[in-house]
Amino acid sequence: MTLAGMLVRIARQLRAVGITVLAGGLLTAALVRMSPGFDADERLLDARLDSRSQAAVRAEHSANGNVVRFYTQHLRGMLHGNLGVSPSLRRPIAELIVARLPVTAELIAIGVVGGWGLALALALPAVLCRRRIASRIAGTVSTCMLCLPPAAMAVLVFSWGGPVRGIVALVLFPRLFDYLRNLLEDAYALPHIVTARAKGLPPARILLRHVLPACAPQFLALAGISVSMAFGAAIPVETLCGLPGIGQLAWKAAVARDLPVLVSLTMMITVVTQLCNAMSDGSSRGATA
Amino acid sequence: MRRTFAWMVLAALLAASLAAGFLPGASYSNQHRELTNASPSFRFPLGTDDLGRDRLVRLLYATRISLLLAAAAALGALILAVIAGGAAGYLGGWFDRAMVRGIDLMLSLPWLFLLIAARALLPLNASPETSLVVTYFLLALLGWAAPARVVRAGVRSFRASDFVLQARAEGCRESRVLLRHILPNLRPVLAAQFWTSIPVFILAEANLGFLGLSASEPFPTWGNLLRELQSPLMVRPEAFAPVAAVALAVLCFKMVSPWGGSQV
Repeated sequence: MTLAGMLVRIARQLRAVGITVLAGGLLTAALVRMSPGFDADERLLDARLDSRSQAAVRAEHSANGNVVRFYTQHLRGMLHGNLGVSPSLRRPIAELIVARLPVTAELIAIGVVGGWGLALALALPAVLCRRRIASRIAGTVSTCMLCLPPAAMAVLVFSWGGPVRGIVALVLFPRLFDYLRNLLEDAYALPHIVTARAKGLPPARILLRHVLPACAPQFLALAGISVSMAFGAAIPVETLCGLPGIGQLAWKAAVARDLPVLVSLTMMITVVTQLCNAMSDGSSRGATA
Repeated sequence: MRRTFAWMVLAALLAASLAAGFLPGASYSNQHRELTNASPSFRFPLGTDDLGRDRLVRLLYATRISLLLAAAAALGALILAVIAGGAAGYLGGWFDRAMVRGIDLMLSLPWLFLLIAARALLPLNASPETSLVVTYFLLALLGWAAPARVVRAGVRSFRASDFVLQARAEGCRESRVLLRHILPNLRPVLAAQFWTSIPVFILAEANLGFLGLSASEPFPTWGNLLRELQSPLMVRPEAFAPVAAVALAVLCFKMVSPWGGSQV
């Protein structure tokens, strides 16, 4: 592919990401605004507040009443690097996100690497071992983990003093295992790999030189989706284990009906997941070519 | 054989949950104030919770609610998926492109994030019944994207088939072609999507319950019951019964699902 063609494709991908991000932000703002409890505020249940204080609390919500106006203002602020102030936490949203981002990034990184490591560690013996028992044991372990709610897993590991930062990996690996096993099975059935095995090439060499390159496009596509899956798992893990990350912030914002924080987080998450998907899509196409 | 066994277990779970109402004095909200946090006994096989409510009775009612409403939510999501995916696949053009972009957006955002954002915005004074219905309604509302993609692909493939061409050539209206010729052929796909969605919704509700965003008390759902594990009482084995129930049901649905439930 020529350089110009590549640039055009990247520009198209970025345009698609931009449109999706804007649509995602508007969708969340509209969803939050149209929810029946939008105007509700826990502070209104405080008997100490007089009518003027209650009116002031209501006025805070009415400022966000027109969803299009709110969203336009929010976008304008974002372009100037200002995400606004969280009404519930009383702090600038950018500051909240920056402070919590490293915790979530670490959790997701450990989760993705650990999840892939565990899934591969189970999938490879399941594919390579001639006896079906290995595949069955690996499948049973994965299925059992798949049947547990991530939140239950988080509480169990946390309560038993296990590695809290490894919970996302435990949640992720059974979701990856089935895909990886199927991909590896297909790859090991390719004629040139069957020939390589028949000729007695070392298994490590077959894996590194023949199997992994054959699976690379699909692996890269799956890697992009893993980030989104890891973030989904990070929300209950952070909330239940008291880790001050983006997932916990999302939960707090949702409980406190914090529209600006929710919209900012949605846009941020959409950007990250769309970029990951676009990158993995581009890489997998490149690997296929 | 495995599927038959899974069906039997699911039927047993459902039958036990439906029988809960016939147990003498069984109510999910009855509180035995003199017997709070009681250990398992003949009277209370799973003991009582911190309000003195019978854990077994609550588990049975939770099983009933979670199983039936997860199935209802899966049906709702499927109907939405048929409407959205069917229209996109059949009409094509800009509508199809917009719908594909919408599906991509829904699938790329973490589902739990969308759920907690939407579920937490109920009025503070929502009744338990409302919160229960809204929880599962949201599951249906946000769970249409994955089946819609499959339905769209199916409709697109059938749209170009010979029997649809013949139906059109004979003057069939477009709506009739879609409803009478294309959709019935998608029945196996729709069935697979239905059975795959139920365990997804069960796990989603369990996660929401853990975060305190499922149905309000005193309604028992599997998610609500799992919250008990956060208290110091969790070391007691009987408190793990809801985890076992969720895992068993999800496992059985995975075995029943024609696709093996890989989307769980």
